[in-house]
Amino acid sequence: MSNRFDGKVVLITGAGSGLGQASALQVAKEGAKLSLVDLNAASLEETKRKVLEAAPNAEVLLITANVADEKAVENYVKETVEEYGKIDGFFNNAGIEGKQNLTEDFGSDEFQKVVGVNLNGVFYGLKHVLKVMREQGFGSIVNTASVGGIRGVGNQSGYSASKHGVVGLTRNSGIEYGQYGISIKAIAPGAIMTPMVEGSLKQMDPDNWEEVGKQFVQPNPMKRFGKPEEVGYLVAFLLSDQANFINAAVVPIDGGQSYKY
Amino acid sequence: MGKLQDKVAVITGGVSGIGAATARLFVSEGAKVVLVDLNEEKGKAFEAELKTLNAEALFIKADITSEEQVQHVFSQAVSTFGHVDVVFNNAGIGVTKATEEITFAEWRKTVGVDLDGVFLVAHSALKQFLKNGGGVLVNTASMYGWVGAPGNAAYNAAKGGVINLTRSLGLEYADRNIRVNALCPGFIDTPIIPEEVKKDLGAITPMKRLGKAEEMAKAVLFMACDDSSFMTGNTLTVDGGFTAQ
Repeated sequence: MSNRFDGKVVLITGAGSGLGQASALQVAKEGAKLSLVDLNAASLEETKRKVLEAAPNAEVLLITANVADEKAVENYVKETVEEYGKIDGFFNNAGIEGKQNLTEDFGSDEFQKVVGVNLNGVFYGLKHVLKVMREQGFGSIVNTASVGGIRGVGNQSGYSASKHGVVGLTRNSGIEYGQYGISIKAIAPGAIMTPMVEGSLKQMDPDNWEEVGKQFVQPNPMKRFGKPEEVGYLVAFLLSDQANFINAAVVPIDGGQSYKY
Repeated sequence: MGKLQDKVAVITGGVSGIGAATARLFVSEGAKVVLVDLNEEKGKAFEAELKTLNAEALFIKADITSEEQVQHVFSQAVSTFGHVDVVFNNAGIGVTKATEEITFAEWRKTVGVDLDGVFLVAHSALKQFLKNGGGVLVNTASMYGWVGAPGNAAYNAAKGGVINLTRSLGLEYADRNIRVNALCPGFIDTPIIPEEVKKDLGAITPMKRLGKAEEMAKAVLFMACDDSSFMTGNTLTVDGGFTAQ
């Protein structure tokens, strides 16, 4: 079972860091050809370097794009198909957290910005990738929602609304496309130690964020942060042929946090 | 190197349907399996079949509604293989009947296997895992634990119970290297579903087909192996999208 992705093409947004990077590494180790998208070109180069270290024969296409811009999304899909001829798996993952604030202070511009990336960006990705997958008659999509897309977290109006929206899109589109042999799922990561979560802890206390992190994770049933590679294993499973009948489903990966009393 | 190399897995309801498919996949990933079922004839035949594949397999006839018999399963598994690392708590039964027609005995029989039996297996498994220093429990709930279905009162109640039992146990043991998750199958092509309704149940599933026992096995394997190390108290719904409707 070590090569679930031999001959498969996997497209990943937000591939320059965190969950996107970890998932790219996992599927590349198992034989995937990669199309990697991020806003930050330097971070993509870093992911490519790590991929080639782990899987020296991997084919890697890098595309710099802002997923909040539909033209850019249309383009990354087009470039991927031009390069590889198909898309087997799509990890629709790019997201931002936004500035933390009470709802009344959150700011309408900030709200639009977060929703623009996390929800509009995921919708544009679905729109353009599903067209390709419906024509080819197969495909698996994993959207990145969050525990913040299942439960209230606080101080994150934009993030919460957008991630709840990703759950809704996943259910809606999964129902539509299941009949074409395409499955669409969402993951709901909890406290995973990614650069985004590190940034979030630094918002709480810039000088003492590691200590804040330790306290932050105490209520987690497993009493630790998850590692990006643990999410990579889940994403690889969900994108592979092992998970074809998992559709329109949300899979938390959170050490038990989402259904805690 | 398999994903369950040298692990010992106890599988209840392990000689047919989802349990048997899981046993086959587990041995192909390097596990030794203990098959628990009421059907001795089928159980011995399945044990022999797995042994011809060079797998280590042991069939134990047991009724999971008997605490004594469940305890015996674990003591025999440990005396044979030395440890128990994974328990697939899967045995279940169904009764479909208008609720006003159901007898209290029928209710108790269904809840007795599907909830009490699942508890008894979990109870023994957890004790064994605590002695081992860890382990993984995967319960079979059902999408019928999420949604109501007319004529399935006892099954709905028991499977809903298994889902929240899974959360409760997952949280209780999360910091002791024990993970507890549940599989929620949708309509699956197994002997529990009558032939005459299979076509209709496929048609009302968004993927327009029934799931296969082998697809459930793959989800169970994911939850049973280290690939799901940050997941506990969790459910994996494998229903082709049915409950999202």
